[in-house]
Amino acid sequence: MNVLQSNFFELITIIFYCILIFVPLLVGVVLALYADRKIWAAVQKRRGPNVVGPFGLFQVPADGLKFIFKEIILPDSADKTVFLIAPIITLALSIAAWAVIPVQAGVVLANINVGILYIFAISSLGVYGILMAGWASNSKYPFFGALRSAAQMVSYEVSIGFVIVTVLMCVGSLNLSEIVLAQKNIWFFIPLFPMFIVFFISALAETNRPPFDLPEAESELVAGYQTEYSGMPFVLFLFGEYINILLMCAMTTILFLGGWLPPIDVYPLNAIPGFVWFILKVTLVFYMFAMVKAFVPRYRYDQLMRLGWKVFLPLSLLAVVFTSSILFFFKLAPGMS
Amino acid sequence: MSISLLTFYLFSAILLLSSLMVISTKNPVHSVLFLILAFLNAAGIFVILHAEFLAMILIIVYVGAVAVLFLFVVMMLDFKTSLEKDNILQYMPIGLLIGLVFIAELVIVLINTRLDLSNIQILSNPLDNFSDQSNTEAIGSILYTNYVLYFQLSGVILLVAMVGSIVLTLRDREGVKRQIVSEQVDREGKIELVDVKSGEGVDI
Repeated sequence: MNVLQSNFFELITIIFYCILIFVPLLVGVVLALYADRKIWAAVQKRRGPNVVGPFGLFQVPADGLKFIFKEIILPDSADKTVFLIAPIITLALSIAAWAVIPVQAGVVLANINVGILYIFAISSLGVYGILMAGWASNSKYPFFGALRSAAQMVSYEVSIGFVIVTVLMCVGSLNLSEIVLAQKNIWFFIPLFPMFIVFFISALAETNRPPFDLPEAESELVAGYQTEYSGMPFVLFLFGEYINILLMCAMTTILFLGGWLPPIDVYPLNAIPGFVWFILKVTLVFYMFAMVKAFVPRYRYDQLMRLGWKVFLPLSLLAVVFTSSILFFFKLAPGMS
Repeated sequence: MSISLLTFYLFSAILLLSSLMVISTKNPVHSVLFLILAFLNAAGIFVILHAEFLAMILIIVYVGAVAVLFLFVVMMLDFKTSLEKDNILQYMPIGLLIGLVFIAELVIVLINTRLDLSNIQILSNPLDNFSDQSNTEAIGSILYTNYVLYFQLSGVILLVAMVGSIVLTLRDREGVKRQIVSEQVDREGKIELVDVKSGEGVDI
């Protein structure tokens, strides 16, 4: 008991910080779900949610409440423990990754040295929630969805890894705040534009967003790995998925769009607090995610694999060699001048 | 007892329990899931030792890639038929051998630290001249200078293994239609514009 008493205040502050991350994240997810549906509707000349609350803003909380009060159906032949653990893992991992995201200079829960590796590790764990869900459901479509998802996420992780390596070579640190500060003069999406595109498309594939939403392709697999889920576990999957999407938006912002930095470092722009810029940029990237969902048709599975292994992997590998050569021969690498 | 010691006991207790479960659960998928739990807790212990780079690499490589493929294969098994437990002692001798090797290695490590457990602090910072760097930098600067040959050699071995496995599984079967994208999107000579007179039609 002595340990807990002496560290009681530390524990309380940590829990407080966790809530400080969790609550804005939940609000963000609710707004993102709403924005996603509104943008999708606007592209198709529909109105989207507009009945519940002003402009339909309360549609998502209403849906959430509906799911909470629904019965949780456990399939008879399912592996019940794994079946229920899977959505919890998905949500917990997606929230855990946010611990290292810096929203402003010095405003970050855990400013660890290997921040980017941590995020990479956590997002590579994300596949387990889906695999476990697909296997534990003990049913054909969820199983196919899980297999597809596992292959897809493992494939695109490779190219995401190489893109991250190109960025890291320009920074010289694995710390996310350092990565942002290294973009003080120029945001990385200008010199590394091809890699920005590769990262964006890989992020779509990594989060199972359309046009790469094959694990839950409703025309082939009913709802993929989510088929047997209902009520609260389904909501956990949905929230986990959207928190992951927001995480990928934040990653794009930090790696390529200068994180919390203003576009130009002049008076009226740099007086605005950093987190406003950060949120604006994340919103912009999410808008691009939503637009892609609205007007790109779904890929076929072999096309998805071909894009990952035969286009993005060689491209990002070449970019690593090319970037490192340029940094070396022009003595631009950090710590070389 | 500090918080870090408490977390160490927590991680190692879960690590030991889950490794025990790996070999004692009947369901192979549960075994793999417990194996993943064991990996994660090992990574946690690395973090406590301030070896955060190794911890992250352990998760990315073993949990994020190797164990996924493991699970991938095991999930496809019809495990209800593979539950025969009659010759459970079949692998006993080799298991004992491997266990002995591990114990011997542990003893060697303990002798090297002269049975003084405070020397284990060295593990987080094994090289004196890198003490001011983070361990990512330290690993990088030792791996790409003193051990560059071994590093390259392991890379070549992995390349050979990759080429070998591709050669073993690559089969060129007859009569399989493949999509050739460049041919598909190439319009030159593939498309002919024809002026069709109404009521007559054309032969293509």
